[in-house]
Amino acid sequence: MQAAQHLVIIGNGVAGVTLAQHVRAKSTCRITLVSAESATHFSRPALMYVYMGHMRYKDILPYPDWYWSKNNLNQLHDKVTSVNFETKTLTLQKGEPVQYDVLVLATGSCPAFYNWPGQNLKGVQGLVTLQDLQSMEDNTKDIKEAVVVGGGLIGIEMAEMLRSRGIAVTMLVRELHYWYSVLPKQEAILVSDIIRKHGINLIFEDELASINPDAQGGVESITTKRGKQLTCQFVGIATGVKPNVSFLNNSGLNIDKGILVDEAFATNQPDVYAIGDCAQFNNPAPLAPAVEQLWYTARQHGETLAQTLTGTRQKYDRGPWFNSAKFLDIEYQTYGYVPATWDEKYGSLYWEHTAGYKAIRFLFEQDSGLLTGINLLGIRYRHDLCHHWLKQQYTIHQVMQELPAVNFDPEFFQHYEQELFIQYAAQFPAQATPPTKSNWWQLRKKFGLFSSSESC
Amino acid sequence: MSNSTSAYSLPFSSNTRGGFFKLIGLLLVAIGLLGMLVAAFGAEAVSPVLTGLGGIVSLSIGGILYIWEARSQKSVAEQNNGAWQNNMTARGASAWVVGVVLTGFYVLLYWYPDTLRGLTMAVEPISQWLRNRPADHWFLYGTFYTLAVMIMGVHALLKYRNSRYHIIRTISVIFFQLGFAFLLPGLLMLFNQPEFYFSYFWPLKYDYLFPGTVGYLVDNGAALGVFMVFWGAILSFAATPVLTYFWGKRWYCSWVCGCGGLAETAGDPYRHLSDKSKKAWQWEVAIIYPVFGFIIITTLILWINSWSEGRLLGNLSHGFSSTYGFFIGAIFSGVVGVGFYPIMGNRVWCRFGCPMAAYLGLLQKHFSRFRITTNGGQCISCGNCSTYCEMGIDVRHYAQQGEPIIRSSCVGCGICAHVCPRGVLKLENGPRDNRYAATPLIKRSDVNILS
Repeated sequence: MQAAQHLVIIGNGVAGVTLAQHVRAKSTCRITLVSAESATHFSRPALMYVYMGHMRYKDILPYPDWYWSKNNLNQLHDKVTSVNFETKTLTLQKGEPVQYDVLVLATGSCPAFYNWPGQNLKGVQGLVTLQDLQSMEDNTKDIKEAVVVGGGLIGIEMAEMLRSRGIAVTMLVRELHYWYSVLPKQEAILVSDIIRKHGINLIFEDELASINPDAQGGVESITTKRGKQLTCQFVGIATGVKPNVSFLNNSGLNIDKGILVDEAFATNQPDVYAIGDCAQFNNPAPLAPAVEQLWYTARQHGETLAQTLTGTRQKYDRGPWFNSAKFLDIEYQTYGYVPATWDEKYGSLYWEHTAGYKAIRFLFEQDSGLLTGINLLGIRYRHDLCHHWLKQQYTIHQVMQELPAVNFDPEFFQHYEQELFIQYAAQFPAQATPPTKSNWWQLRKKFGLFSSSESC
Repeated sequence: MSNSTSAYSLPFSSNTRGGFFKLIGLLLVAIGLLGMLVAAFGAEAVSPVLTGLGGIVSLSIGGILYIWEARSQKSVAEQNNGAWQNNMTARGASAWVVGVVLTGFYVLLYWYPDTLRGLTMAVEPISQWLRNRPADHWFLYGTFYTLAVMIMGVHALLKYRNSRYHIIRTISVIFFQLGFAFLLPGLLMLFNQPEFYFSYFWPLKYDYLFPGTVGYLVDNGAALGVFMVFWGAILSFAATPVLTYFWGKRWYCSWVCGCGGLAETAGDPYRHLSDKSKKAWQWEVAIIYPVFGFIIITTLILWINSWSEGRLLGNLSHGFSSTYGFFIGAIFSGVVGVGFYPIMGNRVWCRFGCPMAAYLGLLQKHFSRFRITTNGGQCISCGNCSTYCEMGIDVRHYAQQGEPIIRSSCVGCGICAHVCPRGVLKLENGPRDNRYAATPLIKRSDVNILS
């Protein structure tokens, strides 16, 4: 980006903001972030904590006011109504049209609704935006019962939020267990049990058929496909999200589910790119989804595109997969590839605490022993070391040698890697030599698992 | 994490279930407060021991009963529900009432102790039993202080019950307050020894190394007095650097210190009220180091004066130490430090005023193995860590860039790591090489350089 050029980013979520920061680090060009949703960047995963009263809205803003002016990042709180790719012009709802030299679309997601009867009633909503948070505040005032449709991450967030206000919650889950499309059976059962113990009612293998109105145009109940009727005054829709691209339909941009991009986020229009939830890869990498809808991948998209825009074209390579979440009071981490089910080509080590709130799983290829992924519930591992194992293609046997170094739980916590090792030794009596006394700090130094730039 | 399954045996709800015991608890608290009020103002009419001490006992039992019910029916993740919505913890009207009552108590304690005579008489039997001498207002204060740490210690234990770190740490501060700052000084007096707090050192307990105190201890305590002086000097100049090198400032500030103990227990519900702005950080640096400098200078002047038998500086040194005692010892650490808990958060004194914290902080920043590690690229910038940092550190600023948090003010309470919904933070001690190095899994943009 030349100093005289104008980079315009639509969307001030983590993708857009990361991009702006990384371009700014290398270029003095004009940078403008446009958002209809909020005046400045906020942490989307933190919205739930505002509802629950852990934080105020201003606490979930990752950067203070002075940050933006100091770094010369302009923020426009306005809605883009249309884009003209010929004249490189954005039309705004309130302000003057904006000219760009380079345009980046980082418009994120919106909840996916599936044309249920009654889905437009007051009291039916998803949870993605700041406006959704506000309407949830209004829609749940003085109510007693709620139904959350969908057994995924937003679903459990909404259920936890509603419970914090003492509202009775039923979760309607299509699969046999909670998040069974992603979690293996044992993990899915463990999490389902935790959810139930928090007083959330779970209904499995059933789906929403219709939402039934009351006399005032609000919600009275829902009917499920199996014919169950559940009384409720609020329906949380958490059946997934879809790219927020409808305002770009018929604009000349190639759109399928999301905005179609190549491996460096370029769209079919010159000087127009798309990153984050709204982008869809033309040719996704093997095992990678075409649309990535995660905080972490959005940040990586922003980091990668910034390199291209500042002179070094870089293809997106997200590296070993990772994700994390929290189900009520159980933390979840996953590294690499652990699908919900696998065939006999894979072997698995699984340990679960007898009290049922901690679990560790290692998945590996049966023949080669190659580690494919790790699932953790209620236990924290070091991201840097797990990443190293996956990147360097460790076998499960090599992993076991470094296992004592991987735990990231707080001091004084009991460690369970020994129990996992016992299982490993039972499966592989021939290979099982006791782990070397490996220590995180030694491995960190040995493999150089830290960044050389010190910014303090 | 404890192996107990009890935390998961009941469906949790934020409704007021178990309301009966909560009600009984509140009733006992109310009766207790009434009793203490009668003792304070009606000591001539009714025995203050009956109403006052009875009131204190009733308040303690009622408080624990209420806390037990309120906290154990919430799961660990629900403990901060409503912190910013509840009047009491979000600077609402009731928070101001508590703040004014606490501040007023300190004003009476420091400048009008006679007004507390009724309550002081209420704790007379405890004083006689423990120390074999009449109670004074400082004994009353010590009793209240220790009870606050113990009762609210139960609160902290329940709130953080899934974390061994917090369980052990909370038991530690209760132990040091009850044992080292209440029972032991009392027992010393029982055996006609000088009153001495083995858990406080110079420069926090600045007068322990003043010539006057040293002379008094040596003269009145004989061998034990010499040991006390020795203990204080060793702890200040040898043990403090060594312990801080291995474990950071936390070994003292959130494990041993009485001020820290009160902040971590009674002050815990107010921890999110600390100011996180850059301005507050600038104030912090501008106040705490001068206070530390002032105490060093005062101590030196006092010794110079003592050696020169007052010829060199005359009465000047006395002026220095009494100025410090008034502004820092009384107004800052007491009135503002504790009285303003419900408004400014629970570590105002530790953050802006404590010379011991300044000393430990310099060691922690420049000569320690301690840091809070950020776990790779896992931060989601949610802000729970910064919000619940009682020292007002913007933890998220470091975490979202994958950097370790190494700040002189960090007292190592570990709550940032506890409230993080992704388990991104870990307090740990490690080699000093590459101590500041960040994770390679996030690209840092270093945008601030442009300014």
